[in-house]
Amino acid sequence: MPFPRVIPCLDVTGGRVVKGVSFKELRDVGDPVELAAAYSDGGADELVFLDITATLEGARTMVDVVRDVADALTIPFTVGGGIRSTADAARLIEAGADRVSINSAAIARPELITEIAELFGSQAVVVAIDAGGGRVHSHGGTSEVGRDVVEWASEAVRRGAGEILLTSIEQDGRRSGYDLTLTSAVRSAVAVPVIASGGAGSAQHVADALRVTDAALVASIVHDDPRQLPALRRDIEAAGVALRPLGKEAP
Amino acid sequence: MSETLIVEYGAGNTHSVRAAFARIGETTRLSADPEEILSAAYVVLPGVGSARAAMTHLNATGAADALRARFAAGRPILGICLGLQLALEISEEDGGVETLALLPGRVVRLTEGRVPRLGWAMVEPWGEAFYFAHSFVAQSPHVSATSDGVTAAVSHGSFTGVQFHPEKSGPTGERWLASCRSLV
Repeated sequence: MPFPRVIPCLDVTGGRVVKGVSFKELRDVGDPVELAAAYSDGGADELVFLDITATLEGARTMVDVVRDVADALTIPFTVGGGIRSTADAARLIEAGADRVSINSAAIARPELITEIAELFGSQAVVVAIDAGGGRVHSHGGTSEVGRDVVEWASEAVRRGAGEILLTSIEQDGRRSGYDLTLTSAVRSAVAVPVIASGGAGSAQHVADALRVTDAALVASIVHDDPRQLPALRRDIEAAGVALRPLGKEAP
Repeated sequence: MSETLIVEYGAGNTHSVRAAFARIGETTRLSADPEEILSAAYVVLPGVGSARAAMTHLNATGAADALRARFAAGRPILGICLGLQLALEISEEDGGVETLALLPGRVVRLTEGRVPRLGWAMVEPWGEAFYFAHSFVAQSPHVSATSDGVTAAVSHGSFTGVQFHPEKSGPTGERWLASCRSLV
């Protein structure tokens, strides 16, 4: 089996990485290319970029960000946020994204999963699910859509999703650990890898998640500071989860 | 100056491969022209997309025959991911696709573990981790490296193929690409 993955997530708007306590209070954290390179140097296994703008101009800016990141970054990255069509997905993948993550658009029109998978392969399609009370939520977790999370995850995979990114709305920001019960339930129901998201407050939490699933998204736990990542990796390994060796130093 | 030619076959992500070569100081050109494929100093068959779509494209442009002629002439070709799988004789993907048949072997669906197989995994006997993203895998008598028991690399004549993505495997992948390129 591949090593469990630690995946920093970066929120992007207007070509900048931002940090938001609430949507109204966005703080500029830095340049996407510089931050991506720093996370990569710090031992990130992959990155996720989430476009939180979701306007037309925002989408165009995101394609530019993706192109610049792809030129510099030597590890894989996924792009999500506001992808509504195969054309949207194609623009991002052609700009250099390895995978796209779709959420509300897949709920509204599940055929989109198959369409993107047929063009670029299942490994290029991540279906993100925001879970609250075991139910699927759309539009940034604000709207309950009346579907069971495990059932929707199974359908998404049947339709071609190559990975599930599962976020617990309850745990998100609470720093008391990932929702391991729900993560395990989803992982048992599907044959693709599952990324746990929402709730990490310590390296122990990440290690606990990586014992039950394939990957964990980290955001606030590294305080949006890539320099925190090597220590996080060390602590995860100290908690008994083997991560990938970072490779020999160049001579 | 010698140039690296990336074979164009309509599949998505050639950007990453070109960017990786740029980072190791190599200029690249994207082309499906048979003459250029024959004469280029180095040819890379990149890999994202489906085997059937790729073969349809390669056959239509004449790139398929050019790759066979290039291999027969002993000129170097690097296949990455789907590019490795295309070099074998047949792929199970899409209900069965006849591929380039540069070397013996077939491509089968992964059956062990999570599929797609995503993430960093050790490649043996090299003892380093590379990044994989695949649902199908090569079976060939010319396997030169493995990962978790599945083919990670094949090498035969002037063809080298890898199932992992060196262009996405950090400094390790970059070093691997540079050493592979410098052998030519």
